[in-house]
Amino acid sequence: MSGLKSFTRNGVRIDETFAEAFPMSGTGLLITGPTRRWANQAATTMTGFATSVIGCGAEAGIDREIAANKTPDGRPGVRVLLFAMSEADCEKQLVNRLGQCVLTCPGSAVFAGVEGEKQIKTGDAIRYFGDGWQISKRLDGKRYWRVPTMDGEFLCEGTTGLTSQSVGGGNLLIMGADFASTMRATEAAVDAIARVDGAITPFPGGIVRSGSKVGSKYKALFASTNDAYCPTLRGVTASALDPEIGCVLEIVIDGLTYDAVAQAMRAGLAAIVKMGAKRGARRVGAGNYGGKLGPHHFHLKDLAP
Amino acid sequence: MKPLVFTLRSEPVERLDLSALTPARLSDLSSAAIEKLAIGTTQRPLRVGDVFRLRDGDRSVIRFSGGSSRFDRIAMAMESGVIEVDGMVGREAGCGMRGGALTISGAAGDYAASGARGGAIEIGGDCGDFLGAPLVGEMEGINGGVVIVRGRAGHRACDRMRRGLVAVEKGAGEYAGSRMIAGTLVVAGPVGGFPGTMMRRGTIIMPALPEIAPTFLDCGATPLGFTALYATSLAARSPRAARLLRRALRRFGGDTATLGKGELLVPA
Repeated sequence: MSGLKSFTRNGVRIDETFAEAFPMSGTGLLITGPTRRWANQAATTMTGFATSVIGCGAEAGIDREIAANKTPDGRPGVRVLLFAMSEADCEKQLVNRLGQCVLTCPGSAVFAGVEGEKQIKTGDAIRYFGDGWQISKRLDGKRYWRVPTMDGEFLCEGTTGLTSQSVGGGNLLIMGADFASTMRATEAAVDAIARVDGAITPFPGGIVRSGSKVGSKYKALFASTNDAYCPTLRGVTASALDPEIGCVLEIVIDGLTYDAVAQAMRAGLAAIVKMGAKRGARRVGAGNYGGKLGPHHFHLKDLAP
Repeated sequence: MKPLVFTLRSEPVERLDLSALTPARLSDLSSAAIEKLAIGTTQRPLRVGDVFRLRDGDRSVIRFSGGSSRFDRIAMAMESGVIEVDGMVGREAGCGMRGGALTISGAAGDYAASGARGGAIEIGGDCGDFLGAPLVGEMEGINGGVVIVRGRAGHRACDRMRRGLVAVEKGAGEYAGSRMIAGTLVVAGPVGGFPGTMMRRGTIIMPALPEIAPTFLDCGATPLGFTALYATSLAARSPRAARLLRRALRRFGGDTATLGKGELLVPA
């Protein structure tokens, strides 16, 4: 049992707890393509294997689609955001993914996606693929690189912004009677969060089912399954779950700013509450480490509708 | 905010060097001091007060009411502010500009925008030869900024251009973009023979291909995403040039008589 104080909205019990989040370095790109399909393909490929900094080096996701009449080259676009624990990691991961996933994607072009305190190299790094045939163009104060490719040219802006004001680790623990109802509520929350600018949910489809705790009985691991929230261990471990809970899913949120994460959590909570306990989640909590590790605390009582 | 206005009294009797009449150089001068500035180019030169009637105003916006082909070096090395000329100007307009905006309603003489590094220059009429080209003894031509010419440009436009964007709406003479180092020249009207001769890098975009050196090689028609950026940037300033940039283009690479990394682009 959780033992936490809680309050109820539309039948959904909300724990009086908080999500504990951390400062991160954040950056982003605007990727355009000849069609929506190919802009999304480049963005999806680039943000694959970017669920957690623990094993992937970065957390990344699609922030939003951008209509053709709003992009620099008049083609359909997608903004992706990428977060890492340091500026160096952020730049390294961005350039690797740009080179392997976007440069390779037919018809793609890349522009700066974030205005940050610093600029990091994108086209300025990838241009060398042109083997001397790359062409620099400077227009309206920005440098672009034209790199010859087999389908024509890869156009890439020289730099993009990087901000150290980013926040990673906002989260919601959605608890329901069974998998179907919990997933229904969680999907609704992910859809609501997707409409918030400047925030992403980096896990598959925005949802993680294998929430972790710090540490492990095995020395080689520094994170392991969050047994307190595993329904199958309810009887044999110090469980945080009530008897009525049969499934727990988590949404992790990274944002360019504290406000973006707060707004995303607010949108997610509102969607869960709107669905109600009969069709969706029965309880919502949040993950933290007692408040001693992360400087950003998102209290559910402040964010609930 | 009222501009500082120089009204031409009558056609000057000698060529004028107007490089002293920029916002930065006039910012700390009184009207009386401005009227005493020597702008003539003879041994006993004319002074501002001999040529212009002055109406005091904000020094960051300077207006010349009336122009002349003897107005040389207008806005030379200007760094900020606005200079507007209601009329024509002479040689070296906007020469060495770093920033700000120069607008000329009429024609300009030779060497307009020579050595400019920034800012925006708009010439309402034609301009002479060597638009954006280096002056005698200099190594590089225009090195930044945006130049729009509503009329035609003479010969050797953008000779040894290094950086920046130049759009000429009604055509250019022979050897446009000769010896280009880099940068972008868009000519939306007919272009004389041998554009891009001895260009190393850079881009020249034209509505049709004139006679070119045999050292340019046909690369065919391929999608070039960057032209859309230029079309968007020029849409408000030169719709005619923007329309050309939105067309499918064929590329000729060269000049292989030198480095060979430049390009001539014409509608496919």
